[in-house]
Amino acid sequence: MAMSWIWAVMALAAFLFGLANGRIGEVSAAALEGASSAITLAISLAGVMCLWTGVLEVMKRCGLAAGLSRIMRPVLTPLFPDAARNRDELEAISANVSANLLGLGNAATPLGIKAVKLMGRGETATDDLCMFVVLNTASIQLIPATIAGLRAGLGASSPFDILPGIWFASVLSVSAGIVAAKIMRRFGK
Amino acid sequence: MNAWLSAIVPAVLVLAAVCGSLRKVDIFSALKDGAKDGLEAAAGIMPSLVALLTVIYMFRASGAMDFLTDLLKPAAQWAGIPPECVPLTLIRPLSGSGALALGADIIRTYGADSEIGRTAAIMLGSTETTFYIIAVYFGAANIKKTRYAIPAALFADIVGFCAAAASVRLFY
Repeated sequence: MAMSWIWAVMALAAFLFGLANGRIGEVSAAALEGASSAITLAISLAGVMCLWTGVLEVMKRCGLAAGLSRIMRPVLTPLFPDAARNRDELEAISANVSANLLGLGNAATPLGIKAVKLMGRGETATDDLCMFVVLNTASIQLIPATIAGLRAGLGASSPFDILPGIWFASVLSVSAGIVAAKIMRRFGK
Repeated sequence: MNAWLSAIVPAVLVLAAVCGSLRKVDIFSALKDGAKDGLEAAAGIMPSLVALLTVIYMFRASGAMDFLTDLLKPAAQWAGIPPECVPLTLIRPLSGSGALALGADIIRTYGADSEIGRTAAIMLGSTETTFYIIAVYFGAANIKKTRYAIPAALFADIVGFCAAAASVRLFY
């Protein structure tokens, strides 16, 4: 529902601003470009997604995924009390969180999709599902390799000197997300 | 550091290969079976992504984004975010590649070791493409009522942006 509102407001704003700024032609072209770029993006991500879901399957069959979820259970249980009781759900969440921590964003998405499919209970998002989405949107990566690479290419004297800043900002934003989710769940049931 | 980071992907693959061999798992068929999930995931995100990117591209092309940026500048300045980085705070939750391109542009213009350049880099590194994740995950789980997920996620983003700007003043 919320996404429908956001979509409608953005489309209306784009139309009105396009008319007012004399850029309705650009808006029209952008709509078609956006739609086709969505498919290009999904296809360009597909190979990496397949690789990581394949690797996860290997890790599952040899018990690595279970080991990982055992290590992460103490941290994950307070965040996902319901999902932590289900082995498959906890394994998928652990894999997603690990991929996020390692900065493997393209691995985190398919693993996260696997997790949310298991966690879904009907059409209303559960508290666990909301928490999972908030955790993923807040970014919990320890090693921002992409950004460091970008800075290195643009002449930073030491590309990784932003690490403390990124950790500081990440910890604050993740904590803010968790606290906000825990407070907000009490209202708007 | 860079060499170590480049080793992460092959290291994870080798870990799976070694562990699978020790446990006598049929690695190749496990990879193949698992990859089907990935294919499904990639196909599954397409509908949400089409809806999302269409409206984001329209929004940016119409000039509404620039208007919103100007509107937010005073509030951002009050929160300690340099005005040059305000466009980044708007694009970051919407488009990952767009934010990366804009961030690169800011860093190139103001210098990688400048306050503005650092703020941009830390903003990029400490936040995520919020709306993409919301659309893709809730789309995959077939959720109609997202409850408080969007406000909580956006609140976390705002805190992240302010903390990114503050960290540059604190640490560098």
